[in-house]
Amino acid sequence: MDGMPITGTQAVAIGSDVYWIGAFDPSLRSFDLILKTANGTSYNSYLVRGADGVCIVDTVKKEFQDIFFKRLESICAYDEIKYIVLNHMEPDHTGALPELLKRAPNAKVYLSFQAQGMLKGLLKEGAENLDVTAVTTGDSIDLGNRKVSFINTPFLHWPDTQCTWLEDCGMLLSGDLFGCHFCDERLFNDLVGDFRFSFEYYYAHIMRPFKHHVLQALDLIEPLDIKLIAPAHGPILREHPREYVRHYHSMSVPHLRREGEITEKTLLIFYMSAYGSTGDMAKEVLKGAEQVSGVRISLYDLEGGEMPPFVDLIEEADGLVFGSPTINGDAVKPVWDLLSSLCSIHTQGKLGAAFGSYGWTGEAVAMIEDRLRGLKFKVPVPGVKVKLIPTNEELEECRAFGRLIAENLTGTNAPRVIDFSDLL
Amino acid sequence: MAKATVKFSDIDLSVVVPVGTRIIEVSEKVGSGIVYGCRECDCGTCIMMVEEGMENLSTPSMLEDQVLRDNMAGKEFRLACQAQVLGDVTISPV
Ligand SMILES: Cc1cc2nc3c(=O)[nH]c(=O)nc-3n(C[C@H](O)[C@H](O)[C@H](O)COP(=O)(O)O)c2cc1C
Ligand code: FES
Ligand SMILES: [Fe+2]
Ligand SMILES: [Fe+2]
Repeated sequence: MDGMPITGTQAVAIGSDVYWIGAFDPSLRSFDLILKTANGTSYNSYLVRGADGVCIVDTVKKEFQDIFFKRLESICAYDEIKYIVLNHMEPDHTGALPELLKRAPNAKVYLSFQAQGMLKGLLKEGAENLDVTAVTTGDSIDLGNRKVSFINTPFLHWPDTQCTWLEDCGMLLSGDLFGCHFCDERLFNDLVGDFRFSFEYYYAHIMRPFKHHVLQALDLIEPLDIKLIAPAHGPILREHPREYVRHYHSMSVPHLRREGEITEKTLLIFYMSAYGSTGDMAKEVLKGAEQVSGVRISLYDLEGGEMPPFVDLIEEADGLVFGSPTINGDAVKPVWDLLSSLCSIHTQGKLGAAFGSYGWTGEAVAMIEDRLRGLKFKVPVPGVKVKLIPTNEELEECRAFGRLIAENLTGTNAPRVIDFSDLL
Repeated sequence: MAKATVKFSDIDLSVVVPVGTRIIEVSEKVGSGIVYGCRECDCGTCIMMVEEGMENLSTPSMLEDQVLRDNMAGKEFRLACQAQVLGDVTISPV
């Protein structure tokens, strides 16, 4: 069967008493509204047999449950199923769960602590009377002659995600991690077509916002003696599985090292200016920030740049300041373009601020600040607005604003006490 | 009205608030890094670390306890969308 496409309705052995019982979806072209796929996808589900019973790891999208059950039936009877492990609650992997629970009513469900509330959201009243066990790293199920262990890997890419580890055969059933949307009936990475771009594209769209969670997960995964990675989508990685782990690592750390001290904070100032007033303010913000040591500051005119490199810069920056004039009651479009491009990276906890020149209403600054808060930035320094052309005092205000931002970044800002009524 | 001080240690800012104020009513206005998702005790996004004064926050509801457990949060953590300030506390984002 090696090298032959999987055409029937059989389970496919991927190791000793471990089987693939998934489904192919070759005609899918867009996934989760945010990804495209030229090759469709697959929903990989696995069956692990032990001396004391059978464990199913993940299911498939509901529309594909018939083939999933056929493959499952080709290899086991429903009353043999003792355990159902859910690595991820998204419907592409839990779609067949309600029917599976009907057919294997005595199976116990194992999932992460974070998945418990989601299971209720998915099954509603069907979640009552289920035998559910929440597990985390270090927990395992004993199948008699083998153990099914769990590795808690949250936010890859939902809060609930986890990996399942079969130590006896070195198999990592990794859920969406190490997956890609690439449907190829030849199933194994050494037999399928060239799927490297899909692997990287999937990472860029699904995992990139959670890079630091990826690195935390890799801390747990890298020490394992992995012989095979069985993800929930795309080829099963049996040739050079560790190279895919290494590639995840390299995609999660900066490529070209930034010059300067590792402790140095980075502050980026992005601005646009039609007549130069917001531009003049930007230069003073920079001067003010430069008065604080330990911060590397960069200034970019949004008019001269494309968004993707700016997004790369922002991903690594500690603080961001946006300068925009108010035009027709709004900040200018490139600012919004940039701010709406940030959902593919992690922004939570970065420091944000805004400034700008205006003519008579000046909405831009507050609108940018609101958006920054919405993106989970900290916005501790109130923005600076200047009516038309800045005076010397107003330029000094911009310097003080820049200095305060830099002090907040380095933690050298003076402690302040304010009253709640000042905030209302 | 009785007052208490909430210190946001991530931005070195203290706010004097009326007793009974929820952290969520203050933290966003001052720009602290504590973040919110559902804002109603479901998602666990707003888990915060209580550095000092845990006893000065309102007792967690059963639902909050459940969300904290689901997120494997230790005993020094609370939900910022739920906790009410009853006395001085020092808090920070996780
Ligand atoms: C890539 C991706 C990211 C998601 N991010 C969030 C999120 O940040 N917060 C949230 O509440 N739900 C999130 N969800 C969950 C969806 O909102 C949820 O699955 C919803 O039921 C989908 O609704 P639909 O059936 O109308 O597409 C995410 C789903 C996907 C696929
Ligand atoms: S914001 Fe969701 S639990 Fe507090
Ligand atoms: Fe997913
Ligand atoms: Fe998936």
